[in-house]
Amino acid sequence: MNGTRTSFDRRVVASGVAALAIAPALGSAAVADENALAKAALAKIAAGRPMQKGRVTITLPELAENGNSVGLTIAVDSPMTAGDYVKTLHVVSEKNPIAEVVKFHLSPRAGRARVSTNIRLASTQTVTAIAEMSDGTLWFGTASVIVTLAACVDGG
Amino acid sequence: MTRWGATLLCLGIASVLSVSARAERPAKPQPGRDFQSAETRKLEADEAANPAYLWLEDGRRLWRHPAGAANRSCESCHGASETALTGVAARYPRVVPGTGRLVNIESRINDCRVTRQEAPAFKAESTELLGLTLLVTLRSRGMPRQVVIDGPAAPIFERGRTLWMTRQGQTNLACSQCHDDNVGKSLRGDRISQGQSDGWPAYRLEWQSLGSLHRRLRACSLGTRAEVLDYGSDDYLALELYLAWRGGSLPISSPGIRR
Amino acid sequence: MSTTRIVMPETARKGEVIEIRTLIRHEMETGHRRDHTGKPVPRDIVHTFTVTYAGDEVFRTELFPGVAANPYIAFTTVAVATGDLEFTWLDDQGRRTVETRRLSVT
Repeated sequence: MNGTRTSFDRRVVASGVAALAIAPALGSAAVADENALAKAALAKIAAGRPMQKGRVTITLPELAENGNSVGLTIAVDSPMTAGDYVKTLHVVSEKNPIAEVVKFHLSPRAGRARVSTNIRLASTQTVTAIAEMSDGTLWFGTASVIVTLAACVDGG
Repeated sequence: MTRWGATLLCLGIASVLSVSARAERPAKPQPGRDFQSAETRKLEADEAANPAYLWLEDGRRLWRHPAGAANRSCESCHGASETALTGVAARYPRVVPGTGRLVNIESRINDCRVTRQEAPAFKAESTELLGLTLLVTLRSRGMPRQVVIDGPAAPIFERGRTLWMTRQGQTNLACSQCHDDNVGKSLRGDRISQGQSDGWPAYRLEWQSLGSLHRRLRACSLGTRAEVLDYGSDDYLALELYLAWRGGSLPISSPGIRR
Repeated sequence: MSTTRIVMPETARKGEVIEIRTLIRHEMETGHRRDHTGKPVPRDIVHTFTVTYAGDEVFRTELFPGVAANPYIAFTTVAVATGDLEFTWLDDQGRRTVETRRLSVT
C-alpha cells in the first residue's frame, strides 16, 4: 500500500556517528562534485557578488527523526527600516535533488526578519540561508542536520 | 498416530504456546510522546504548527454541515462542537448493548452518518472521518481512557490480550516482545515505545498525514511481516480495546505527532 | 480550496510587530516519486504564498519541492492600521486558496 511520501534516496545513519557534511566553500572552487547542484544554486543567487558569513542565524535540529518534515527558523540581524532591510531570504540544501528549498520576500512591513517553515531533507547535510539586503549585499549562515531513518518504514 | 503426525502436533502446540508470559499492563504507563525527539514533542504541543489541526478545521466545518437524506448536521443533535460529547471518546471502544459488537469512534460516527443523517458512510482514512474522529477525541483530551472489559466485552478483551502476546509474521515477534520487554531500547534510529494509544489519531511524519490507530496497527503488521488486516477488522478492534485498557491512567493526548 | 489554519492575534497596538502562523493541507507532490507501475508522479506543489495587508503585499514565499507536505509558514508583520489581511496560496494545478482575517489596530 503506497502512502504519499517522498522517495528521496534516504541514507541510514548508524546511531552515534556524527556524519556532519561540510558547508559548501562559498566564493571558492573547492566544493565536491556531489554538491554541484548546491554550488550552482549558490552561484545563481550570488550573481557575481561576494557572500559574507554572519547576521543570518539558521535554526534546525541537530538530529531529525524523519526527513519528511524538519522545522526551520531563520532570523537575520537587520533593523528592517526603509533604508536597511532584508529583501530576500534563500534556503539552499546541500544534498536534496533540488538545491533551492524556499525563498522568502520581505520588506520593512515585516518589522523583523524572522521566518519559519518545515522542509524536507533527503539525508544528513548542511543547509545554507542567504539574506539579500536592500543595499545589495549578501550574508549567509549554515546549520548541519543528521537525518535518521525510522525503524519501521512501512509505506503504509 | 504416525511420526510425522506426532511431529506436526508438537510443532502446532509449540506455536500456540509461543506467547510471552507477560499479562500485566505497565506499572508506569508512558505516553507515546516520551519516545519521540524533543523537536517532535515541541511540534506536537504547538497548536499553530501541529499539522493535525488542519483535520480539526475540517471536522469543525463538517460538524455544522447538514448532510444526507435527513439533511441533519451533527450540531443539530449534539450541539456546538466546542462543547459536545465531553468525555465520550474516553469510553470507547465499547460494546453496543444487545449486539455483542465492539464499536470504536470511527464506526460510531459512521453509524450516526448512516442511520441518523441517512448518508453514505465515510471511507476509512478519509479527511471527513479523520476530522470528525479527531474532533470527538479532543472532547476527551486530558482524560484517561475508561473502557469496560468485562461482560460482553470480556471475550473481545481476551482476544486483544492474546494478540498482544502472540508471535506473528515472518519476524515471529509478539507486540509485547518490543513494547513490554524492550521499551526504551534502540531499534535503528528509533527508541522503542510502550505502544500506547494515547496520542491517536496522530500525525505520522512517515505518512505526512493524520492517521487512525488502525492505520498504525496495519503498519505494525507490515513491520513484523504479518498479514495486514482491514481497517475495522475484529482483531484490530480487539487490540484497540486491549490498548485502551493497557494505557491505564494515561490521559488522551491526541493529536500526537509520531515518526 | 484547501483546508488552512491561521493563528494570529485579533487586535494589536499600532506599530507592534505581530507573528502570523499558517498551515495549509497540501501533499506537496515533489515530482521525484514513481507510482506502483513505475510511472513518474508529476510535481504538484504550492509554489507561491502571498500576504496582503490593507491592499499592500507585505510578505511572499516561493516554495519548491523541498518544502514539507502541509506547509507551515510563520512570519511577522507590523500592525499599521485596522484592516484585512488576505492570504493566498497558489499551486501547480492552478488551485487558489484564499483566506481573510481582520486585524484591529488601536
